[in-house]
Order: sequence, then C-alpha cells, then structure tokens
Amino acid sequence: MPGKKIKKIEIDGRKISCEKEETILQAAKKAGIEIPTLCHDDRLEPYGGCRLCIVEVKGVGRPLPACTTPVTNNMEIRTENDTIKRIRKNIISLLLSNHPNDCMRCEKTGDCALQGLAYRYDVDGSRFEGEQWDLPIRDDNPFITYEPNKCILCGRCVRICNEVVMAGTIDLVGRGFNSMPDTAFRKPRSLDNCEFCGQCVSTCPTGALTDKKARGRGRAYEMKKVRTTCSYCGTGCNFDLNVKDGKVVKVTSAYDAPVNHGNLCIKGRYGYDFIHNADRIKTPLIRKGDSFHEATWDEALDLIAGRFSGLMKKYGNKSVGAFSSSRCTNEENFLVSKFARTVFKNNNVDNCARV
Amino acid sequence: MAGLATSLGAGAATNSLAQMPDIDALFLFGSNPTEAHPIVSLYLKKALQNGARLIVGDPRKTWMAKRADVWLNLCPGSNIALLNGMVNVILKEGWQNKEFIKKRTEGFGELKKKVREYDLKKVEKLTDVPKEKIIEAARLYSHADKAMIVYGLGVTEHRTGTENAMAIANLALVCGHLGRPSTGIMALRGQNNVQGASDLGPLPATFPGYQSVTDSEARERFEKAWGVPMSPEIGLKSVEMLELACEGKFKGIFILGEDPAQTDPDVHEVRKALSSLEFLVVQDIFHTETTKYAHVILPGASFAEKDGTFTNGERRVQRIRKAIEPIAGKAEWQVICELATRMGYPMSYNHPSDIMDEIASLTPIYGGISYERLEKESIQWPCPAKDHPGTTTLYTDLFSRPGGLAKFMALDHKGSGEVPDKEYPYVLITGRIREHYNNGSMTRRVKGIMELVSEELLEINPEDAKKLKIKNGDKVKVSSRRGNIKVKVKVTGRSQPHNVFLTFHFPEALSNLLTSGHKDPITGTPEYKSCAVKIEK
Ligand code: SF4
Ligand code: SF4
Ligand code: SF4
Ligand code: FES
Repeated sequence: MPGKKIKKIEIDGRKISCEKEETILQAAKKAGIEIPTLCHDDRLEPYGGCRLCIVEVKGVGRPLPACTTPVTNNMEIRTENDTIKRIRKNIISLLLSNHPNDCMRCEKTGDCALQGLAYRYDVDGSRFEGEQWDLPIRDDNPFITYEPNKCILCGRCVRICNEVVMAGTIDLVGRGFNSMPDTAFRKPRSLDNCEFCGQCVSTCPTGALTDKKARGRGRAYEMKKVRTTCSYCGTGCNFDLNVKDGKVVKVTSAYDAPVNHGNLCIKGRYGYDFIHNADRIKTPLIRKGDSFHEATWDEALDLIAGRFSGLMKKYGNKSVGAFSSSRCTNEENFLVSKFARTVFKNNNVDNCARV
Repeated sequence: MAGLATSLGAGAATNSLAQMPDIDALFLFGSNPTEAHPIVSLYLKKALQNGARLIVGDPRKTWMAKRADVWLNLCPGSNIALLNGMVNVILKEGWQNKEFIKKRTEGFGELKKKVREYDLKKVEKLTDVPKEKIIEAARLYSHADKAMIVYGLGVTEHRTGTENAMAIANLALVCGHLGRPSTGIMALRGQNNVQGASDLGPLPATFPGYQSVTDSEARERFEKAWGVPMSPEIGLKSVEMLELACEGKFKGIFILGEDPAQTDPDVHEVRKALSSLEFLVVQDIFHTETTKYAHVILPGASFAEKDGTFTNGERRVQRIRKAIEPIAGKAEWQVICELATRMGYPMSYNHPSDIMDEIASLTPIYGGISYERLEKESIQWPCPAKDHPGTTTLYTDLFSRPGGLAKFMALDHKGSGEVPDKEYPYVLITGRIREHYNNGSMTRRVKGIMELVSEELLEINPEDAKKLKIKNGDKVKVSSRRGNIKVKVKVTGRSQPHNVFLTFHFPEALSNLLTSGHKDPITGTPEYKSCAVKIEK
C-alpha cells in the first residue's frame, strides 16, 4: 500500500518487519515480545509518562520509551539490560514508597499492574522514605469506587475520559504532591458530570479505581471469564462475563474485541444485574382465572401444543401466528421462522418491534 | 430498513464501524449516538478529532448538534422536504457526481423533476431551517471525499420512515457517496439484534435471507430442507394479526421476548387485541405488560444463559456464549424444538451451532458462517462461502438490485401524522437515554442505574418552561388526544422551543399512551417520534 513503507527492525535479536508508523511497543507486542508499561493503554494516544517501557536502542545514548518512539528502519532494540532493569526497579520502588501496603484486601490484587511489576522486579517500598496520602475512600456514586491513596498518577483515567469518551469528567486537580485525578471541585460523580461508562475504571492499572458493585465479590483469578456480545444496543460490543459460583459478578472488556476494543458504555459494563434479579420468571405459569399457577415444562408445553392444534383445527391454520423478537438470537429467530412455516403452516410470523 | 432495501438492494448498513474515524464529512441524521449508541459515538468522536466536518439533522440540541459545523434544526416530520431541498441545491450548483449517476443508478430523471419542486423557499417553510444552512450542509456533504450518512430512529420512526430512508439514499446516490470505505450509509437502530431478526426471516413476506415466500424457487428450497409444503401466501404483519384479533378473527399468538402491550405506539388497541385472543403464549425473562394477557407464560433465558449469535448494526455476526445455566432450565431454542415436536413436526438440534449450520445451508448471505469460524473471527455478511472473508463495504461494484443499479425514488413531503394546533401546541418527541433500554425491564432492575435515573422526566426548553411557569422537578400533566400522564419536568436546552421529550423506559409514565398510532404503511414501524400534546401544571 502506498505510504505504508515496510520497515525492518530487530528486537532482542529477532528480526521483525513493521508495516505502518508503528511504535516500538506496538511492533514488540505484535511479535509477542512483552515490554512492561504503566501509563500506556492501546485505546489512548502514546503518552510517555511513567518511563517504565524504556528500551535500549543501538546507537542512541539514553534509553527511549517504547510507547512513544516510532520505529525506524534497521533499528536494533533491546527490551531489557542491567541498566534498564535498574531504572525500572527504581521507578517501581518510588511508586511503592508512597503506596499503601494494602494488597491483602485490595480489590485489585491479582489483576494489579503495580503488584505484578513489584513481583516481577522483586522490589518493595522500603528503599525510599515516601510520604503517603491519607485520603478517605470515595464511593459517592453507584458504580465507581475511588481510593486516591492507591493512585500512581499515570493519568490513564483522565486521558480516557477526555480523549476517548470526551466526557471531561475528571482531570488532574491540585498541585505537586497533592495533585490527583478528580472531578471539578471534587464533586461526587453524578449524571451532571459523568457518564458512568466505567472507562476510567477499565484503564486504571491499580486499585485506585474499581467497580463498586464487584468489590468483595471475588478475585480476578477466581473468575471464569466468558466472552460474549452485549444484549443492549445494536453496536455489538464484546465483553467478558466474570462468573463466580454460578453468578455473573462483573463485566470486563478486552482490547481484542472487534467492535469496541475494550470500550463499553454504562449499560454494557454495569447493566448486568437483571440476570440474577429476583423477579426473573423461573417456571412456566398457566393462567387460572385471574391468576397464574406454576407448572412444569411438560405441563405447559403439552397445554400449548394442544391449544394451538385445537385452534388450527377449529378456525383453520391461518388463525394463529408468532411474534419473534429483535432481542433473541439469530438461531432463535430462525427457529421461529421455521416453526411458523412448518408447524402453523403459514407465514404469519413477524418480528414485532421494528425499531 | 425497507427504504434502503428498495433503493440499494439490502436493508443494511453499507460500511463497517471501524471505517468511521476516516470520514471527512459526517451527516448525522435523526440519531443521537452519544445516548443511544455510545460506543458508535466513540468512533464518530474520533472522526471529529481527526477533523471531520459535521452536519447534524435533529430537532433536539444533542451533544453532536452542539459541535456541528451545521446544525439543521428541522421541525419533526420534515425529513423528506429537507433532503429534497439538499438534493435540489446539489443539482442546481452542479455538485452531483455525474459519472456515478450515469453508470450506477436509474430513475434520475424522475428524481430531478421531483426535487425541482423543492426550492429553498418552500423547504425553509416546511422545515424551519434557514436556507443558508441547507446550502452549507449540501456543500459540505457533496464536496467531501469520504462522506457518510449515519441515521437513526429519528428517521425511521415516522409514518414516512421508509421514504425518509429512501430520501437519504437519494442524497448519497447523487453525490456518489456509496461503495467506498468510510463512504456510505449507516443506520443505527434500536434493539441489539434487529439486523439478525430481519436476516433470519421471522417476517411475513420473506424466508431467512430475504428470500421471498412468493418465489417458487425459494419455496422449493425450503420445502426440500424442511420436508413440508410452504405457503405461497404472504403472511400477516404483527399489527395485522392484532387488528384481526380485535375483530375476533385471529385466535392464537406465540410471542417470544416482546412487549407490544407497552412498546407499541397504540397500547390501548394492542391490549384490546391481546385480551380478545383465545390463546396467548408469552415467553420472556420478566413479567411485562404483555404477560398479563397471556394464558401461558414461559420463562426465557437471558443472553448469559445460552449460546447463539447476534448480528450487529454493521452486519457483523458475533457469538454470545453460555456463562451460566438457564435459570428456568431451558433456553428458547430448546423450547421451540420441544413445542414443534409435540405438534407433530419433530425438531431437534444438539447445539445452536447445528442451527447455524442449517442457517448457512439455506441463507446465502450467511452461507460461509459457522461457529468454528466465529471462534476465531467475527464476520460481516454477505459471506457466501466458507473461504469468503465477509464484506466490510457493500456495493463496491454493483448494487444488489436487479441489474445492479441503485434506484432513485421521487418522494414527497407528507409531514407527521399529527401536527400541533391551538389545543395541543407542543410536539412530543420520544426517544432513548443512555442509562436505560427500551421498556426498561432490564435496566430498571439495575440498582445503580435506578439510583441515577429513577423516573421518567419530561424535557422541556427553558423558554417554554418560563411561559408555563414550571421549573425543574415540578410535576405536570401531559395530555394528547388519546390520554394523559403525570410526569416530573427537566428544564434543558436540549429540547427546542415547542418540542418536548420523553423516553419510553418507564411504564409508570407510559409515554406511549400519548403516541399517535400512525404507522409507516410499508414496514408497520410506528410513528414514535412525534405527536401533539398539551402541558398543564
Ligand atoms: S465513568 Fe466515564 S465519564 Fe465518568 S469519569 Fe469515568 S471515564 Fe469519565
Ligand atoms: S486513578 Fe488509576 S488510572 Fe487514574 S491516574 Fe490514578 S492510577 Fe492512573
Ligand atoms: S456496551 Fe453500550 S454501546 Fe456497546 S453494545 Fe452494549 S449498550 Fe451498546
Ligand atoms: S508506558 Fe511508556 S512511558 Fe509509560
């Protein structure tokens, strides 16, 4: 394709060709080579804030951030060496030095980028004396819990809210040591200032922003994740239902979702409560006068089959029909089509909400 | 979607969502994606960040309208007049794509004649949009390299909904804005699987894959596969079944997962029809208005409880997967099979993937789709063969009409079925808000969402509020010729003077009591979007 010159580079001794204006991080990811990051999210513009992704580029004196550096032809890259390792360790211990020692009960344990890095690089927060914030947990809204003490100021939440959602809900407020992501005037999140899409939560690498409804409902590694498609609107976002003990307790989204690339709206991310709602109809119900009584599937299906057959006999097969739904699956809609045509033997079938 | 099907061949969006960030000019028409399709709106926001010019046609001052280069603040029901006016400008200025019109369309002569009747003075009067804005919109759209029209229910939910969509197709066709990446017409519709539910043929005139029941070859194919004779007679639409039921001439209906007693535009009539039936079966996950009329209620399985596929608004077929066991023990596909078998037509499948295999064998546009492939990829139809990659952009060479040409349709402005008058001076527009969905049976059961939006609110412009001496939070009575409701008020500039807005998410304030019962005669789609009301304290 014109304008898309193929570049040949080498990462950790492996020869790779890149097709577009890719960054080192993108090229490495495509080749399956992992470079640690904290402030990067594929959904966001390259930022270069945390310096964790630095790599050695042959011929360049200082390490370069992989997330913001575009590849150039014949680049030779090493993703880790002793210097880089030392720098990474330093960055992590600095972050840990003012991070609360709360992993044991933190909602994010097992899924936390900071925790993962501390483990991988074998560092704790004791090397530097860090002053710690001591701010109250904020859960002043139905969906999002904010623990400012756990914030590492990567800016991802602020950037996704402004760059991607364009909601402008949160920004870095305050100065210096006290600067942190927050709403204007530190007001509670409400519909006046926030869309409750949870995009900020989905990008936060630490336990600073978490899904309120899922808190305490299970660790990430206890969840069975089932990839599915949203049942609300026709955009067709994909997400993972997080299931524990037969219950859907949370929704997470992955970047490899073809339509939404990990983005979701309030309904997709937080609209799952109805699944286990107590009002769900749990057994077939048969009318008796003005009320309904519970029945077994066999009773109900026998009755339905008998009544429809009876109507067809008495009034002719054109006296009955079926409505299908734009909420049902393709397979179900196909079967309803087939049912009307083979069982009712007519074309009285419609999908009643044409909206 | 009958409109696009008539003009272009297929009732479906022409492009894929992922192409949106590269749009040069976006014409957003009767669609409020930041509320109704939030993730589509992210693509559109990317396009704006990349410098796309934006034209918005909407009576409401939406998020996008606020950021538009041109906001066509048209009065509800005047879509065709506006579009005819734009086409008129384009032809007059010579901004049309002559080669495209010549090579790929038919019926241009009639269109040309028709739109000549829509000079800007007339259009200005019909639409309330100043002519400079119409010219500017026509210029931006016609001059762009990659231009896309994105339209929504504000276009289809009118009694002229089908014609509105044809008028949109006319505009795209004159400019040759079809058949290229980031260039085409995208329809954003309401329910998640409205595309799939049309594709798979639970429709009175078509088998799965839009194959007509009056076509003897199609019938033969299905007869061979299904082993029984197929009726050559076009069946009844849902509204027709209900009308006959009211007259005592229709006796039994099986309703799968719908709630017409709440979401239909004329709920009085629907309720009367349902109570006239001798036998009604409703399968749903919750009790609804409609289940009240049932003789037997069957529990449905939610999307988390079954395997299957949905087809999204860009024709992309994607899996849903069973995460938990069906709460009532069975999924709908199993129930349909058992019922058919009991009624003397044995149906059995081991798994929904077998149903998809049958779909593929009978539905050419789904011909290459299987669960095996969907494990690795998602596919946009048409996908006629196992080795076909699917289709991101429709009509690159030919339209799917006989002869491969698209058809211009000469259309007239008809307006809304009901217009405001002295007694009912306000236009009620209904629609969606981001937090809720349809009749609300799902979202009203999400505690957090109810904490945010717990009741229906009537959105009204500050000017009108002042005139009526009402303020935020006041309760008012909204009445139409058919009924009334009491509802709280939200004063907001999103609504324009003389227009008020309600959703249909809350049965407590059943806004549909107000809607007019006017329908698109072609699709039966109700005119949800506008009716005349009065407002009293
Ligand atoms: S929930 Fe969405 S809108 Fe609200 S702060 Fe987070 S990203 Fe912004
Ligand atoms: S709250 Fe999370 S995403 Fe936001 S800056 Fe802090 S650590 Fe980063
Ligand atoms: S997550 Fe939101 S935008 Fe995406 S399909 Fe669901 S309702 Fe639609
Ligand atoms: S990930 Fe590259 S600087 Fe943070």
